[in-house]
Amino acid sequence: MRTITLAPVTRIEGHAKVTIHLDDSGNVADTFFNVVELRGFEKFCIGRPVEELPRITTSICGVCPWSHHLASAKANDAVFGVTPPSAGRKLRELCNAIAFTEEHILHFFFLAGADFVMGPDADYSVRNVIGILQAHPDIGRQVVRNRHLGAQMLNIVSGKTIHPVTAVPGGFSKPLTEAERDQVLPMANEVLEFAKFAIAYAKENLFAKYLDLVETTGVITTGFLGTVTDDGTMDLYDGKARLMKPDGTYEEFAYDQYTEYIGEHIEPWTYLKFPYAKKWGPFSMDLDNPSGIYRTNTLARLNVCDQLSTPLAQAELEEYREKFGRPVQLTLLYNWARLIELLYNAEKVVELLNDPEITSTDTRVPVTPRAARGVASVEAPRGTLIHDYETDENGLVTDVNLIVGTTHNNAPINMSVKQAAQTLIKDGNYDQGILNKIEMAIRAYDPCLSCSTHDLSGRILVKLEIRDSQGEVIETLSN
Amino acid sequence: MPVKVAEEWLNICGGCEVTILDIGEPLLDLLPELDFVHMPVLMDHKYYGQTGEREELEIPEADVGIISGGVRNEEEKHITEEMRKKCGTLIALGSCACYGGIPALANMFPLEALYQKVYRESKTTEPGDTPAENIPPLLDRVYAVDEIVPVDVYIPGCPTNPDLIVKALKALLAGETFALPERSVCDECPLKREKKAAGGAIKRTLDSVDFKLGEPYDHTRCFMEQGYLCLGPVTLAGCGHKEGDNGVTVPRCIKGHMPCRGCFGPIRKGANPMVDMMSAISSIGLDAKQVEDRRALLNRYIGAQKRLRPLPERPKR
Repeated sequence: MRTITLAPVTRIEGHAKVTIHLDDSGNVADTFFNVVELRGFEKFCIGRPVEELPRITTSICGVCPWSHHLASAKANDAVFGVTPPSAGRKLRELCNAIAFTEEHILHFFFLAGADFVMGPDADYSVRNVIGILQAHPDIGRQVVRNRHLGAQMLNIVSGKTIHPVTAVPGGFSKPLTEAERDQVLPMANEVLEFAKFAIAYAKENLFAKYLDLVETTGVITTGFLGTVTDDGTMDLYDGKARLMKPDGTYEEFAYDQYTEYIGEHIEPWTYLKFPYAKKWGPFSMDLDNPSGIYRTNTLARLNVCDQLSTPLAQAELEEYREKFGRPVQLTLLYNWARLIELLYNAEKVVELLNDPEITSTDTRVPVTPRAARGVASVEAPRGTLIHDYETDENGLVTDVNLIVGTTHNNAPINMSVKQAAQTLIKDGNYDQGILNKIEMAIRAYDPCLSCSTHDLSGRILVKLEIRDSQGEVIETLSN
Repeated sequence: MPVKVAEEWLNICGGCEVTILDIGEPLLDLLPELDFVHMPVLMDHKYYGQTGEREELEIPEADVGIISGGVRNEEEKHITEEMRKKCGTLIALGSCACYGGIPALANMFPLEALYQKVYRESKTTEPGDTPAENIPPLLDRVYAVDEIVPVDVYIPGCPTNPDLIVKALKALLAGETFALPERSVCDECPLKREKKAAGGAIKRTLDSVDFKLGEPYDHTRCFMEQGYLCLGPVTLAGCGHKEGDNGVTVPRCIKGHMPCRGCFGPIRKGANPMVDMMSAISSIGLDAKQVEDRRALLNRYIGAQKRLRPLPERPKR
């Protein structure tokens, strides 16, 4: 028996390793997605003034700081018992939508996309964004430019793009001026054009070519969690939870009831916990008979929602559902779903900028400390994000619970790794291309191990260990 | 010959890596001069060989090494030492690498207290033992990179500023050294200061600062003088981005109508921002004792290098 350790898992955010145990005949006996770090935000946020948490919890993730910033500001609204003015809410939504465009471009073109553009078996030295820049300089420049446009828009709207400061308890600290709106709007239109190009390009040149890989790699059967409005439309900023079973039936709940529905399980070989749907029975990652397992992030959001509110993205959703049905279980289609969401958010940015109310100066109400509990959720790019705070009468934090997007996907990632490894490694035969395809199953989830290891440290080490049938590690691959 | 660059991220959020991308299109002009040999966020170079065939962790030789993040576990310590061994010039990128960053707020607690909270005292978690199989043990606290190995260049900030990364890389490509001038955020802040507070008590950010929207920045009064605790006086300048060719440089949070929280760290090595801030507050006629959660607030980004450590539990007020 041998063990392959794949370390570090690369082109994901944060650190993890994958461990693969092979039996005597060289087939996969077991696999582990080991997350190797922990940071302890839930501990060291205790004692801080609660209004400071939107400026502390952002550092859980520098890739999706806006998601933590907004979830934290919303939990603050709940703690203080206030509702932000309409313009304050719209400015938060505007920043959220801009941040989504930036992050989805980042993930598809800088991280996962190289597997499709350069090919999953391409040499590792060119299977990256620099390889894309050299092979396709025109597309590469557009990618770099349009991701950066998102950052520039956020800079104009909010001053600080990464680890933002403007979502405050009671609203948004900085109103948007007419001059700033006029500056941002052409940038937003350019990103919308790019989003249209991106999905058309990917459908024609990338996904069609790798459909067999999509249909076989990392495929598992799970439930899904996402956020919808009362009429079932996807909403990334606010709404109710819709928890869908693998058969497509679902139940809905308000996020302040989340502890009734979601439990977290611990395994000894990873710092990262495993959220699961408590009411579906005991936690099990058995590929043939999983229990309690649901997924979040793009694939899940498009599965649970009935429709999208913007016209171009809705048309794409219809085409996607026509092809793959609902719910979609094929893991690599996270990437396709991500490009539909890129388009949705690009449309949403333009829509919000054209809303006359966006430049209202009524963006914030004052708040007064009190002892209370506040639970809030947003959809982060990587999945449903829950911040739950309790305070004393002086507004100092007494308890914090966080469940972040990637953490929900911990069990599904582990299962997809196992499925991919079992499918791809036969009779002891594997090479860097095969191991990369196993990593592709991980990348599809766009895991953010910084986010998910908020608990103590920031690093998910994906280390892939291949072991022989005696449990001896024969090879180790890691990020 | 392009310069070989290795990049590693340790106890991170990834914000400093995104900041490298936030250089934008000018990054494309720099790329031909840079040869990235190792960078887990963007490329697939593996520690143990591409199929895990090696026993020992290896990072390729590089002219320039960039490390973001503080050092939290045994493996990161090992990686930090390997980077120092293989890289000619070592850059600590961002306040986590320079000073521990926000994760070093954990240094206020013993490690076991973190485990206890996360694995045994969380609302949604079935209590269990702390995971310990096949994962690197955590160190007792968060360390800045220079507590483990010598660092040549410091580029602080949470995250840092893309303009500074460009300046540092260009200096290194030209064979020059790079260091930020010892100026404070206040030195570059355009708000109006009258050297004394408008009166009253120190305020938390529970309502809006008085901001003259759409007018020149110097029509708006300094936030600290308005009574909102602002760490500008004790924080290194460098976060601001110049607004257009003739525009002013505005510190990022000030632009967002929020006071500074010190993310660029101290103005000079060895400074004690906590003591300096208390005297800055007093000097404009405010009462420094009114600052809520003073120790954590004034050391928010700089808790490594033994600035934050566990204190005995104090009785509740």
